[in-house]
Amino acid sequence: MSKSEKKVTSKDEDKKKSDEKAIGDAIIAAANARREELAKEALATRSNKTLPKVVKEKPKEEKPKESKPKEEKPKESKPKEEKPKAAPPSKTDTEEESLPEFEKSFVDKISSQFTGDVEVGYIKENRTRVNVKKEKILEVAQFIKDNLPFDHAESVTGVDFPEDKEIGVVYHLGSYTDPTYSKQVLALATRVPREENPNPGNDSTKLPSLRDMFYSVEFHEREVFEMLGVYFESHPDNRRLLLPEDWADLPPLRKDFRNKGR
Amino acid sequence: MAEQVIPTKKMPPGLQVENVDDRIMTLNVGPQHPGSGHMRIIVKIDGDYIVDADPDPGYVHRGEEKMAESRNYITNIPHLERPVIHDSCNILYPYVLGVEDLVGIEVPERAKYVRVIAAELNRCIYIQYWLAIYGIFLGHSTMFMWPAGDRELLIDLMEKITGARVTHAYFIPGGVRNDVPANFEDVCLRQVNYFEKRIKEYADIFYDNPILKARTEDTGVLSREDAIRLGTTGSVLRASGVDYDLRIKEPYDVYDELDVHTNVLKSGDSYARSKIPWLDMLESCNIIRQALEKMPKSGSIRTKLKPNPKGREDEVYRRVESGRGSAGCHIISRGKPEPYRLKLSVSSFRNLIALPYLLKGEKLGNMPAVYWSLNYWPVEADR
Amino acid sequence: MLKELVTPQNANVFVGKLGDILYKAVDQPLGMAINWGRMWSLWPVHIETACCSVEFGAASSPRYDVERFGIIEAFGSLRQCDLVVVQGTITRKMAPRLRLVYDQMPEPKYVIAMGACAITGGLYFDSYNVLPGIDGILPVDVYVPGCPPRPETLIQGCMLLQEKIKRMKAR
Ligand code: SF4
Repeated sequence: MSKSEKKVTSKDEDKKKSDEKAIGDAIIAAANARREELAKEALATRSNKTLPKVVKEKPKEEKPKESKPKEEKPKESKPKEEKPKAAPPSKTDTEEESLPEFEKSFVDKISSQFTGDVEVGYIKENRTRVNVKKEKILEVAQFIKDNLPFDHAESVTGVDFPEDKEIGVVYHLGSYTDPTYSKQVLALATRVPREENPNPGNDSTKLPSLRDMFYSVEFHEREVFEMLGVYFESHPDNRRLLLPEDWADLPPLRKDFRNKGR
Repeated sequence: MAEQVIPTKKMPPGLQVENVDDRIMTLNVGPQHPGSGHMRIIVKIDGDYIVDADPDPGYVHRGEEKMAESRNYITNIPHLERPVIHDSCNILYPYVLGVEDLVGIEVPERAKYVRVIAAELNRCIYIQYWLAIYGIFLGHSTMFMWPAGDRELLIDLMEKITGARVTHAYFIPGGVRNDVPANFEDVCLRQVNYFEKRIKEYADIFYDNPILKARTEDTGVLSREDAIRLGTTGSVLRASGVDYDLRIKEPYDVYDELDVHTNVLKSGDSYARSKIPWLDMLESCNIIRQALEKMPKSGSIRTKLKPNPKGREDEVYRRVESGRGSAGCHIISRGKPEPYRLKLSVSSFRNLIALPYLLKGEKLGNMPAVYWSLNYWPVEADR
Repeated sequence: MLKELVTPQNANVFVGKLGDILYKAVDQPLGMAINWGRMWSLWPVHIETACCSVEFGAASSPRYDVERFGIIEAFGSLRQCDLVVVQGTITRKMAPRLRLVYDQMPEPKYVIAMGACAITGGLYFDSYNVLPGIDGILPVDVYVPGCPPRPETLIQGCMLLQEKIKRMKAR
């Protein structure tokens, strides 16, 4: 008796399950249709608004599609990392049509003066970047100071690139005096060799200081010195600024210095 | 090499360091000193005159830039506002704008207005706190009590919007975290009008006070050329006669749709430097009223992000005008959820360079007047 | 009888005993008076260590006014102070200075750890330059949690400290 009852119940359950499945499928199908509609609407409204630059990702698409570009990305990233060194032909070709003219004009001034030593990193609206060889940084800075209205440095960023065995130093220059240039920020970037076992001040990680041209870099360069170990020659006091006096570890912003548990 | 362009200031005769070497005394001001805040200034004095000053910041250096490299774009928000917790919206602003550039999302119109209002309210809160400190260190205790009390009004307002007294974490990439409460427009308008009435009274007690004028006028004069050469920013720059305000020069969000004026003074002394923030507060009240009027009454306040958003491979440098001056954020992204390198270029750190220059030749008693007039917040400079 | 007891040999012992008796007799009322005095005039050192100092400043503003609870915020010398409110993060550069300040203060002295950073390191638990809490360098009496603690929380912390002083044995 008990067995038959069980069978009956199990059959009922199967029926119920199949019904539920059918209902569930219907709901899912309806939801999918609705989602597609929403996505289309969103796309339509978005394209009306004229998004700036990046419109590549569609909202609420299936997730597996995203994972594929993830795998591809690191492959792409490696050649791009080297771009600051070798002039990136592909990038400039694609962007040349939409390059803003004003920015291009003064970057061209610099690059035509120092052909071979200066490469244009990027030209975007209000933001430009030139990559300079380490030996020429003083001359380029002097040229910028004399011929362009950039009169102060806003920040100095040091970036560590352990794969390239180099440390990048980026000066962000701005202008107060010329109102036409007040939106512009020119990034003057250079790279210095990096050593595995740093000995700040006594190894090859050295750069001439821009303090004589742009006085405002004084504290910023001291910060870069302690944080990344880039020694600035002809800087009057290459002392510690922020770190404790007894700091004996690696410069903390290098990539091989790790925070606890990270 | 070109001749040295180190700014040198004319010293009173007989005060050159060489001549009076043996009379010089070294003083340590801070970090435990009522007038120094979280930093140390090593001053060399000859009698009553300062001949040399060497700021020694770094007592609150917490390694924010290193920490940012191991957190993703969203979890970076709370700790990046900690450098200036009482100006937290403005210090987050450049970071949020930069992340929006990298991720490529559009901010809804209403969110932009809410952001502007929150940023301006926060600017007032910051300046009030600074004014309180400035007042007490000049020995004017009423000037501590008034701003510290009036500040609470706006803090209440921010608490209504964001839910926290000072650390809001309100701005997020894509908009703001939550919508303003229902009757926000009325309350905000009323509070701001009252606030404006109150701060106008400060002129009588503080800015027209002959004692204050005698103490701060012609102390720590920064000329226009030197202000530019030293790369100072914000109120220090505008007190020296340079008309440069990023809200006008490089308008972000909806500042180009609003009628913003800058305040520029010519004299470049401590008095002008202390007056500019106060004028800024009055201007902020104007901006808030305009923004309240133009704000869309309904609509979305945030564009939803994908969880763990990835920035495209690029670098951005965005800057905004914070309560102290331009605050910049340089983000280098490599297509990962975390930034590869994040650099905060903060105005306190940029203005610090003017301190040794301004203190030379001043009397020691004028040190608080000069030091606090730089609109300097040590925690921000140290990051 | 008494003369025999008070010989030069045990005079010291006798005086000592007398002192003990006196102490026991006067300890209770006098100790309470001393504690009462300490309770209502806590003078914090003016040492700001991080961003919690903003809320410490707000606590002495007219709305919160800690002075009515006997926390007198005066910019005195640390030789006159008896309370350290550690206002937030202690970095490795600040830690020796904080200990120096503490060592220079006269006994009795009390410590309030204000903010998550002072208690455990808080938001900066994994930073390279931040101590994980100040327990390693100072003996803490009261912990005031929050990031930053609201002024009300700070006031409550101070009142807890007062309660603690009240029940302490006066030295
Ligand atoms: S607890 Fe929060 S507010 Fe206090 S110091 Fe730490 S981070 Fe700053």
